[in-house]
This record gives sequence, structure tokens and C-alpha cells, in this order.
Amino acid sequence: MKLLRQFLIVLIICFVGEVLNKVVHVPLPGSIIGMILLFICLITGVIKLDKIDEISRFLIDHLAFFFIPAGVGLLGYVGILKKSILPILVICFVTTFVVMIVTGWTIQMIKGRKGK
Amino acid sequence: MKEIIRSPLFALLISILAYETGIFINKRTRIAFFNPLMIAIALVIGTLLALHIPLEDYKKGGDFISLFLTPATVILAVPLYKNINSLKKDYVAILGGVIIGSVTAILSVWAMAKAFGLSKELIASLIPKSITTPLGIELSTQMKGIPSVTVAAIIITGIFGAVFAEWLLKVCKITDKTAKGIAIGTSSHALGTTKAVDIGETEGAMSGLAIGLAGLVTVIVATVLFKFGFF
Repeated sequence: MKLLRQFLIVLIICFVGEVLNKVVHVPLPGSIIGMILLFICLITGVIKLDKIDEISRFLIDHLAFFFIPAGVGLLGYVGILKKSILPILVICFVTTFVVMIVTGWTIQMIKGRKGK
Repeated sequence: MKEIIRSPLFALLISILAYETGIFINKRTRIAFFNPLMIAIALVIGTLLALHIPLEDYKKGGDFISLFLTPATVILAVPLYKNINSLKKDYVAILGGVIIGSVTAILSVWAMAKAFGLSKELIASLIPKSITTPLGIELSTQMKGIPSVTVAAIIITGIFGAVFAEWLLKVCKITDKTAKGIAIGTSSHALGTTKAVDIGETEGAMSGLAIGLAGLVTVIVATVLFKFGFF
């Protein structure tokens, strides 16, 4: 029952996030609003870490698994992508590398300067 | 038999089996490029094609798994909270990295798409490729892109991120935990974050943070550029 009870807390936050997105029209996805809400709840102590510890470990350990259907769903886009599949793949590949390197170097540069 | 392989339970079964196989291959070969998620996706696609199972049937069970994506994203607040000290100490560097990274994402996609001579519609569809799916769809629609192309590009980007992050960060001497996490989250959103949480807790926390921040910065910058007719 413990895991289920912990899951309930997380689901309530997800639900509030969805409501804020759909009903109050906060211009952020429900999951991101939920992340902010949970973060605030943890800082203020409204939710204690040990109340969601197990479910947090379960969800984070299986994060990759939850993405399998999204990846398999690519199968459904083959038709749309067919015409320009090669440039799209090349662009995705190269820009992902570029962004990762630029972001990482920027942070190390700023941190390095501060440290001196 | 047809009913059995078309039931949601079968989708769940092959997904878990494929993932277990992915983890097994990854551990046995110790080759980082054999990312368990990538192997699992390939195996499931292969199974569907081999058994002639329509994607729609797989989706019935698949949707059940996808349902966990929202709580799994929300829960990334937990590692972030555990790393609150890094957050306090490095917030200038984090914000700087996310902003410069997101602007780089927009400009590099735009420049490459132009060079390939892609249509305006396709360029608009590819610009949100580094951010989280719900935000990406919205941004794509706003800029008159094709949302389904955006979703595909986002997933492809995420898989590239997850597969190559560890190797790329090492080659480029990005060793700081915060820098690693933010770099992964900014370039390849939640899918890349699957790799970040695998590398370490701080990396995972920072990558999770970057999903939200990079999404926000990208939407704001791209919307402004679009309004001024840049794209």
C-alpha cells in the first residue's frame, strides 16, 4: 500500500498541474507546473521527502522505459518524414551535439571565472 | 491468437521484455552506444513489423506506459531538491548555459535547415526539436509548423542525446556535474535526461531542471524572432 499511497501524492500534484494548465491557462505544460509545485512543496516542508521516497526511486529508475511507446510511435511518422528524412536526421544529429557542447562549455566557463 | 497479440497486455509484455533485453545487451557489451532504450524501441518496432501488429494495437498498451511520463517528469523535483545547494551556488552559470544553449539550438537548426533548402513550414517544425514535447507542439503550431514532424524530431533528438551524451561530454572535456546535466537537458529534454539520471543524481537533477528552463527560454526567444519575421 505504501507505494500506492506515495503515488497518490504525486498524482494529486500532476492533477493540480493539469488543472492550472487547462483551466487557468498557465502557459506551461502540466508536468513542468507539477515539477515546480512539488519543488515548492519540498522546500516549504508541505511534503516531506520520506513521504515520496519510494515512488520517486521507482519512477526515476524506470524513466527510460516510459519513453519506449513514444519512440515506437516514430513508426507512425515514417510517411510524413519520408521526403525529407535525411536532412531532418542530419540536422537533429548535428544540432544536438552543438547545443550540448555549447551549453556545457558555457557553464564550465562561468563557473571557472567565478572560482578564480 | 490475433486477439492475444493485439491486447494491451501483449504491448506491455513486449515492451518490458525488449527493455530487459536492452539492459542485458548494454551491460554485456559495455558499449555506451547500445543504449537500452534505443535497443528496446528497435526491438519493439521489429516485433510489430514481423508479427504484422498495427501500431494502433500496440498503442493501446503503450498509452498505459506513456501515462507514467507526467508523474515521472514531476518527480524530477526530488533530485533537484536534494541538489538544492548546487542550484543556489551555480544559478548564474545554469541560467547562462540554458539561455546560450537554447539560442544556439534555435539558430543552428535555422541555419542548417536553410542550408538544406527546407521549406518555411519544415523549418518552423524543427526549431522546437530540443524542448519537451508539449511545449514543442505548442511552439510549432504557433509558428505554423507541422506538429507531427515536430514530435518526430523531438523524439529523434532525444534518442541521439541519450545515446551519445556520455561519449560526447567526455570527448569535449565537460566534466562538471552541473554542466553535464544542464547540457543534456538543454539539448535533449526528458529523453536525454534518462541518460543523465543514469550518470548520477546531480546530473539527473540538473538535466530535469533544464527541461523546464530550456523549454521556456526557447519558446520566448523563438516566438519573439518569429513575430519579427526572422523565420
